[in-house]
Amino acid sequence: MLTKKVKKRILFLISIFLLSIFAFFFILKSLNKNILYFSSPTEIKEREDIPFGKDMRVGGMVKKGSITVNKKNIQFIITDFENEILISYSGTVPNLFVEEKGVVAEGKLSDKNFFIADRILAKHDENYMPPEIKEIIQKNAK
Amino acid sequence: MLSNIGISLVVLVLILSFLTIYTAYLDLKTSNQFIKVSIYKLSLFQTTFTVLSFFTLIIGFINSDFSLINVYENSHTTKPFFYKIAGTWGNHEGSLLLWINILVIFSYLFLVFNYKHNKRFRLYTLIFQNILILGFLFFLLLNSNPFNSIYPIPLEGLGLNPILQDPALAIHPPLLYVGFVGCSIYFSAAMASLISGYGGKLFAQSIKTWVKISWCFQTLGIIVGSIWAYYELGWGGFWFWDPVENASLLPWFAITALMHSLIVLEKRSTLYSWVIILCLLTFILSVTGTFLVRSGILNSVHTFASDPSRGIYILIFLSFMIFSALIIFFTKHKKETFSFNLKSRETFILANNWFMAFFLVTVLIGTLYPIFLDVLTGVKISVGPPFFNIVIIPLVVPFMLLMSIGPKFSWIKSQNKFFYETLFLMLSAIVINLFIFYFFGEYSLLSNLIFITAIFLILHSVLDAKKFINNINKTGLSRIISHLGFGFLVFFIGINHQFSLEEDFNLKVGEIKKTDNYEINFKNIKIKQSKNYKAVIGNFELTNLKNNLVQYLDPEIRIYSNPETLTYEAAIKTKMTSDLYLTMSNVSRSEYYNIKFQNKPFMVWIWISAIMVALGGFVQLTLKKNED
Repeated sequence: MLTKKVKKRILFLISIFLLSIFAFFFILKSLNKNILYFSSPTEIKEREDIPFGKDMRVGGMVKKGSITVNKKNIQFIITDFENEILISYSGTVPNLFVEEKGVVAEGKLSDKNFFIADRILAKHDENYMPPEIKEIIQKNAK
Repeated sequence: MLSNIGISLVVLVLILSFLTIYTAYLDLKTSNQFIKVSIYKLSLFQTTFTVLSFFTLIIGFINSDFSLINVYENSHTTKPFFYKIAGTWGNHEGSLLLWINILVIFSYLFLVFNYKHNKRFRLYTLIFQNILILGFLFFLLLNSNPFNSIYPIPLEGLGLNPILQDPALAIHPPLLYVGFVGCSIYFSAAMASLISGYGGKLFAQSIKTWVKISWCFQTLGIIVGSIWAYYELGWGGFWFWDPVENASLLPWFAITALMHSLIVLEKRSTLYSWVIILCLLTFILSVTGTFLVRSGILNSVHTFASDPSRGIYILIFLSFMIFSALIIFFTKHKKETFSFNLKSRETFILANNWFMAFFLVTVLIGTLYPIFLDVLTGVKISVGPPFFNIVIIPLVVPFMLLMSIGPKFSWIKSQNKFFYETLFLMLSAIVINLFIFYFFGEYSLLSNLIFITAIFLILHSVLDAKKFINNINKTGLSRIISHLGFGFLVFFIGINHQFSLEEDFNLKVGEIKKTDNYEINFKNIKIKQSKNYKAVIGNFELTNLKNNLVQYLDPEIRIYSNPETLTYEAAIKTKMTSDLYLTMSNVSRSEYYNIKFQNKPFMVWIWISAIMVALGGFVQLTLKKNED
């Protein structure tokens, strides 16, 4: 026979266990929904299963001479020296957004050559380059 | 010259560390009740020399002594005096020296101020702290020496990143370091407590003050960082769930949990093992944060021009810390029995810890998952802010409920004497929320719940404050201030989030933009030459269409020459009820300027309430005697 105290404790442990499983499941589930995949222009071109209309990130270098600004938005081309993609963006760009520097655009792909960004990330250190972009450039710029 | 002085001082500190460990070890074996005077002296010398080495580096920065690589890389002769000094800790090597300074100073202070406590416990703490000091000293000397010299001596330095040339950011690192590195002392104390068997209530008393000091500084450091992000980064937000912000939040959750359960240990002599785990965890998370930031694994604002060898060293040291902590914990810890009554204050404090653990795990997963996925599968992802918002914000509701009623319960067991009071406060909170909902605009169910619980917490704390003032209840002033601050913080963040206006558009000089409530007239631009930068200043006339109030905002684009960088300075008009926030940027010298205009209600109250949270801790430090 289990005493009342032991019973209480077992019940307590079980409920804690269930609660933590539930919490963990909840965390992972939300995580899954809010992941942003990072791709290079080449990956976008080559991959068949690239999702349209889902938030993602594209990174590479801002192509020289490609930035145009008009009343509504900014357009520029991200290149990884093999393929390119046109980005359209309206909003503030970070201070290190410059031609021929690394950039990451966050937003949705509207087709394989056109990307609508809601955020532009460029980093705050003039010598710093996001590791993803460094990799792309090392691969392609040889 | 300075290079030699600096290195000699650091080596001297290193030797003193070894000596301290050795003499402390010898002293452990004597039956003498008091710690030998020579150990105090060694520790005092160690502190003096560490501080001197740091001043040597500061002098190097003030005099722009470019014979030091570190000064050459991070300073410039035209830099204002204040930022020359701040440059000392604005880089990896210098900040590591500051880190060691804090380790050493805390080691000395802990030794001196805890004279009432057990000798073996104090000596072991000193030994463990000195092992930590040695670890970081070797790191400094072998990998990141700020005193490395360069020859031939360059005539001019490369300059400090302009974005760091800001008063908030000059004090941000020292605050955070006191907070994060201060945790080291109770890491060492926890290890010492396990080995010497000096646990329970007395252990809680010995580390209490140090936990509070580091908690206050961590909190303040994080707030200052957010304030800086708000006005310097130019997007108008103050928390971005950037991996590095998260790295600072992880130890904060652990230390907040620790601060609460430490009270249980002190009052009820239980939860000892849990307190030990939290002590160990807090510093381990601090070092983990440092590892993530310094190794360049994370991609963030704080990334120092990165060098993988640093990461490897910190990782090795971190694993060493974790393993030794685990081994000592599992070989030394004793089984405890708990008997908590559900209706007791300790249960609620434990509930606080559950929530803190949940927040910690969430942020940890969100921050580390992309790194693991990249290492294991090569898939590159990032976790967006929505993840953290979705998981954390709903949990804030029950968290605040428990936070409101928890302090009403007394220790061990209490009766429900306050049921009607709670019910009344709950109803008032609901009515106030309805009022806001009805007059100011509609929002979601979750926001309703957040507002209700936040108001509930505020009302509870105000009532407690009233009782405190009327001498009915003479305890818990610091708790009241911090909890009230937290209630206000959540409330104002909610209001701010709900009622912010944001407009993004491109304008040419001379053009006018009309939005629903405002007319923005871009009148002209001026160029101004300052000491170390050139500024393009925009002149904006802002008309509020509702009351025809005209205001002028002057955002700047600053062009720094050393190093060559642009920064955007937001024009912010702060009032008690709202902030007007305007930034201007320009891409590839086109005639269009991008304008971001925001109206953010109660912005200044977010800072005030956050500072109030930290203030609670400081109050407790000054009122120590008659508290609790």
